Amino acid sequence: MATTLTNKDFKSDQEVRWCPGCGDYAILNSVQNVFPKLGIPREKFVVVSGIGCASRFPYYMDTYGFHTIHGRAPAVATGVKMANPELSVWVVSGDGDALSIGGNHLIHAMRRNVDIKVLMFNNRIYGLTKGQASPASELGKKTKSTPMGSADAPFNPLAIALGANARFVARSVDIMAGHLRVVLEAAARHKGSAFVEIFQNCNIFNDKAFDAWTEKDVRDDRMVSLDPGEPIVFGKEKNRGIALDCLEPKVVSFDGDVPDEVLRWDPSRTDPTLSFMMAHLDDRPNFPLPIGIFRQVDEPTYEQRVHEQIETAQSKRGKGDLQGLLASGNTWVV
Amino acid sequence: MGTADSGTMKDPSTKTELPSVVIRLAGDSGDGMQLTGTQFTTSTALSGHDLATLPDFPAEIRAPAGTMNGVSGYQIQFAGTDVHTPGDSPDVLVAMNPAALRANVGDLVRNALVLVNVDSFKPKDLAKAGYENNPLEDGSLSGYRVIEVELTRLTRQAVDDLGLDTRSADRCKNFFALGMMFWLFERPMEPTEKWLREKFANRELILEANLRALKAGWAYCEATEVFAERYVVPRAAAEPGTYRNISGNTATALGLLAAAERSDLQLFYGSYPITPASDVLHEVAKYKEFGAVSFQAEDEISAVAAAIGASYAGSLGTTCTSGPGMALKAEAMGLATMVELPLVVCNIQRGGPSTGLPTKTEQADLLQSLFGRPSETPTPVVAAATPSDCFAMAYEAARIAVRSMTPVIFLSDGYLANGAEPWRIPNVEDLPDIPVPQPNPENFLPYLREPETLARPWARPGTPGMEHRVGGLEKEDGTGNVSYTAENHERMVHLRAEKIQKIADYIPEQSVDGPDSGELLVVGWGSTYGAITGAVEHARREGLSVSHAHIRYLNPFPKNLGDVLSSYRKVLIPEMNLGQLALLLRGMYGIETESFTKVQGKPFTEAEVFTKIREMAS
Repeated sequence: MATTLTNKDFKSDQEVRWCPGCGDYAILNSVQNVFPKLGIPREKFVVVSGIGCASRFPYYMDTYGFHTIHGRAPAVATGVKMANPELSVWVVSGDGDALSIGGNHLIHAMRRNVDIKVLMFNNRIYGLTKGQASPASELGKKTKSTPMGSADAPFNPLAIALGANARFVARSVDIMAGHLRVVLEAAARHKGSAFVEIFQNCNIFNDKAFDAWTEKDVRDDRMVSLDPGEPIVFGKEKNRGIALDCLEPKVVSFDGDVPDEVLRWDPSRTDPTLSFMMAHLDDRPNFPLPIGIFRQVDEPTYEQRVHEQIETAQSKRGKGDLQGLLASGNTWVV
Repeated sequence: MGTADSGTMKDPSTKTELPSVVIRLAGDSGDGMQLTGTQFTTSTALSGHDLATLPDFPAEIRAPAGTMNGVSGYQIQFAGTDVHTPGDSPDVLVAMNPAALRANVGDLVRNALVLVNVDSFKPKDLAKAGYENNPLEDGSLSGYRVIEVELTRLTRQAVDDLGLDTRSADRCKNFFALGMMFWLFERPMEPTEKWLREKFANRELILEANLRALKAGWAYCEATEVFAERYVVPRAAAEPGTYRNISGNTATALGLLAAAERSDLQLFYGSYPITPASDVLHEVAKYKEFGAVSFQAEDEISAVAAAIGASYAGSLGTTCTSGPGMALKAEAMGLATMVELPLVVCNIQRGGPSTGLPTKTEQADLLQSLFGRPSETPTPVVAAATPSDCFAMAYEAARIAVRSMTPVIFLSDGYLANGAEPWRIPNVEDLPDIPVPQPNPENFLPYLREPETLARPWARPGTPGMEHRVGGLEKEDGTGNVSYTAENHERMVHLRAEKIQKIADYIPEQSVDGPDSGELLVVGWGSTYGAITGAVEHARREGLSVSHAHIRYLNPFPKNLGDVLSSYRKVLIPEMNLGQLALLLRGMYGIETESFTKVQGKPFTEAEVFTKIREMAS
């Protein structure tokens, strides 16, 4: 690149139109701060979205962008990436878009290991359609569509991604800009499918949905960051850690040095068992909710494999000769 | 029993010359009748005959053996002059079991030759087929020339010393029957021998067994005079050129590839398996050395969505399906209309609605093609008339999609998809040019249109300085910025419609076979071409004045179509639906039409169309 890019280079001329106070603003800001750092020319970014509040995202990024239809962004992005593997392809989606109407495309993009980065803004509500329960809404949640409380149990988005064999799985929070940037940058630099759940506050229809974990005064005790190579330690005093008790996690308290029994986080394990355990850690009473990188496994990508087959065919059989192909098989001359 | 060679043996029987022959091969779906038919077709094509074929197989891969539901058939008509259809009524039926006989005997011409495998006419076989009496004994076949052959026993004998188990030996009996057909019609066996040697290159025993069965079938006819005579069909006098036999689905795949090559675009083909379209996917998946990317998607929606994504990134995005899949793709096609990207959607129609008749043919998706999306979503539609025409029209679909930056629907159907005919191989350089709308770097706006076509420029991601956003929301022309104003929306709706109408400026005018005005015009579209052409020729031989217009561009229609239609006193429209084209033409041109419909999962016969023509013309 001839010139160094800054966040301004990624701001389009369109007026950003989310509700005042929406968590989307902070995420947009973080993305616009991370993109210039990646060493990728601006014209190589493609941001693809589906439908929902989050999906307005591409209009505000001065990159190539495609606002598609509800739930289908991972499929469209798969086509973009297969057609041109040189592009850096990002999908911006929400919990309704990604987990409900688009669930099938999400899991298949993940299992194929298409090198696309899926940012799922999770506000646990349908915002654009004005406040119905989403597949991430908690059981019993009262909304316009569930006046007596939601009767259907929610998805655990990270467990879905892990179950679909996403090679990179992470979680961060809209208001934790520093953490979010680290996660976004790691996702960007990972080669392969990446799924990032971002807690995003919808201050109109589901305000303070994550406050119990993410407010500054409780954050250190109620969340734990999974950082590659680091022990899993949390608490204001950094005096508690996650250890294993046979097949169950346990919280250990300590003074001074971190005891050996505290797990040192290694997201590069191919076996996703521990990643699953972390995705479900906070299902247990008094356990912190993990954020950070749950899984990061290197494997050849789908588009790599597809294009390798093309190269193999071309090196074996030479570049295709259309006239020869048309006249292949049994022919006769009149 | 000795082996025989097609060229060296003395011919012991008399020969009768026939202008054309229709043969139907029928057996259990596991009997290999499709394979036998394909081999007979290849041999016939290489003999220089014109031909048309129709496979007819059950939806179940293996229905209960010996039952009516499990009968699989393959029909071929070949002749010395233009063959338009696989034929109305077979002259020859090969029936591998009672069910195959019972399912087909009603379609035969009087005095047809019926070859049956008498070994499979035991009481329990007859019961499975629902016969109370043995039709070979009760006189019910007295109107036909029945040839009883112990196909199973003779095949087992032919491979006796190879040490095969009975089941493997019995699987060769279709080649015994094929050998007999080759003898009867003096077909060369070499192409089949060559095919077997390639197919079973690593399975010597199976290869030897099949070769022996094939040759034994020939030799049996030679030695026993099982047939009283052999038949000779004079060759076709076709247009000079190099020919091959081609099915509609192969032609469709090749047409898409040719368009990608000629426009210098990478072919992206996204598809989800569905009958009868899957063979197009199988074909495109072979084109890797051409750089073609085939994508077997998780569902129909993903297949089209990925194709749209690929088009956005600069490839020629294509997808292929049948009725149920078309319904699922509708929303994404609307997106392609809105973002104005090239996209070819192939619909290999089948009987419906819902799962319907997956392996049978129908052409009832015409109105869905034109109108089957929410709101004002004008979409060009083209339709192939014959199996080989699938090449030309798939190419046309891609040419229109790229030139006018729009999704285009290409219609074929089960009959064209699986049917085959000789195809004069075109010269790649002679195919029409495909201009690709390029962005102007000096003055780039994503929706700045070419005046001639109203196509917007195709700026591919990766191009510096042309970063832009597209999406499904209504937009302002030029900038592409989201706009919800009332006047803008109305303007854009008209603009999108006008863009599609302008395609009529560069597609061919409607041609007419026959007088350009008069009493009766038969108008068809799609796979009815063969039956209508045959029927119209028949009518002319009977002295009737009748013309035929076959519409291949269904949206927009050719500019002169209204004039063509109004030049005749009566317009007859045969369709394999309840009159969809008739409804369109009446609506658009305000003309009276006579709709003639058939929805049986089977194509029209020439005789059906002829009878209707005679009724209307006299």
